Amino acid sequence: MSKVRVLVGTRKGAFILTSDGKRNNWDVSGPHFAGWEIYHVKGSTADPNRIFASQTSGWFGQVIQRSDDGGKTWIQPGTPPGESTTGPGGAPKGESNKFVYDDSKETGKPLTTHQFYDGTQHPWEFKRVWHLEPSLTDPETVYAGVEDAAIFRSTDAGKSWQELAGLRGHGTGPRWQPGAGGMCLHTIILDPKNPKRIFVAISAAGAFRTDDDGATWRPINQGLYSKYIPEPTAEVGHCVHRIALHPSRPDVLFMQKHWDVMRTDNAGDSWQKISGNLPTDFGFVIDVHAHEPETVYVVPIKSDGEHFPLDGKLRVYRSRSGGNEWQELSKGLPERDCYVNVLRDAMAVDSLDKCGVYFGTTGGQVYASADAGDNWAPIVRDLPPVLSVEVQTFA
Amino acid sequence: MIRVILPPHLRGLAHVNGEVELEVAGQVTQRSVLDALEARYPMLSGTIRDHVTQQRRPFLRFFACGEDLSHEQPDAPLPDAIASGAEPLLILGAIAGG
Repeated sequence: MSKVRVLVGTRKGAFILTSDGKRNNWDVSGPHFAGWEIYHVKGSTADPNRIFASQTSGWFGQVIQRSDDGGKTWIQPGTPPGESTTGPGGAPKGESNKFVYDDSKETGKPLTTHQFYDGTQHPWEFKRVWHLEPSLTDPETVYAGVEDAAIFRSTDAGKSWQELAGLRGHGTGPRWQPGAGGMCLHTIILDPKNPKRIFVAISAAGAFRTDDDGATWRPINQGLYSKYIPEPTAEVGHCVHRIALHPSRPDVLFMQKHWDVMRTDNAGDSWQKISGNLPTDFGFVIDVHAHEPETVYVVPIKSDGEHFPLDGKLRVYRSRSGGNEWQELSKGLPERDCYVNVLRDAMAVDSLDKCGVYFGTTGGQVYASADAGDNWAPIVRDLPPVLSVEVQTFA
Repeated sequence: MIRVILPPHLRGLAHVNGEVELEVAGQVTQRSVLDALEARYPMLSGTIRDHVTQQRRPFLRFFACGEDLSHEQPDAPLPDAIASGAEPLLILGAIAGG
């Protein structure tokens, strides 16, 4: 019997929503890690019972949680209670919440500076994990996108983390700058056909790609135009909000930029604008239908100064032609007085025959459509502000 | 026995209720108490002081015997009442945010 598990990260804990394949009746468990900000929760495709969660706090820093039983119980991978946190010689052991930029001469890069809000240079400082991306094939391997922007990898299921320092050390760092949410690496996409290729996106630096398993990286921002930066077509500095691809066609990526919805057909070597008839092309989320590589979803948001839907009407827009021609989807969504936002990691799709689409709002609703967006209904209405939504499908 | 009161979020993380009691070898200082705390509850490493700099996190404060000890040196002796276990070391989160 098919089943869907929706993993929801919120400002005050994580929630797990489960249903059978009909997606009509939902069980809600949570809050897990009550009171903590849960930036992202994502399951491994290699072992669906393994789920990673980023638990974070402005007071207490970063914690990584892992479940090996589908979210019933959780552990902080790393040193067991009662065991010393230091190894022979007093050196600290690897710990699951320890994200230290690699500035060693042998494997790292100098800890340089990036541009701060006021235009001055500012040193890199670790703040939190925004996104966890489990390997597509190895349940022990998981990637973390962090603020200040960098990518880390764990090959021991989250016990210890090593930076892929080639990205931060790419050389353009002094021109990266924080967006309103901080200078975060928020998107990690592992190419399902080329295990050495990874795409990432950073606000506000842009999109980057590695073709050698994270050793070296290059910006892939040609074609982006950002009128709010001094050089609108610069190599880096663009506020990319989210990118997405269909696994069958990993050279085609879709991007929701600060303003503009974009598309590339050559793995980011060049981008074209596909905003078409969208009523506004500002937004955060973007995702692709599980079975139709040319069907794309966005949630238009009024503007960068007004982070809510146009006219108080919450709408998803769907293109069945890979962009430019967009259809408004409204059945079951609020028709008036709706002033929520949908944050960048808060949309996902399932892979049942009739593709399910899900998104969460800053008003605490998680909406689901079991028919590719034609009809919508809330699964829950009153969670804390939703930061992320991911879906696991059990066919 | 040294007594430590953690903020609620860290009690949850460490799976403890109420006060934590610790054996601390040698002089009782902020550093030796936090070392003992992290050794017993490794999940708290990095949550009270930074992994690398060992600096107290900005939104946390240390209090004991009615006094704010947050800005004392990490290796300064804590009050006798803490060392004897008569009073707890209180770790508080700032009242900020939502």
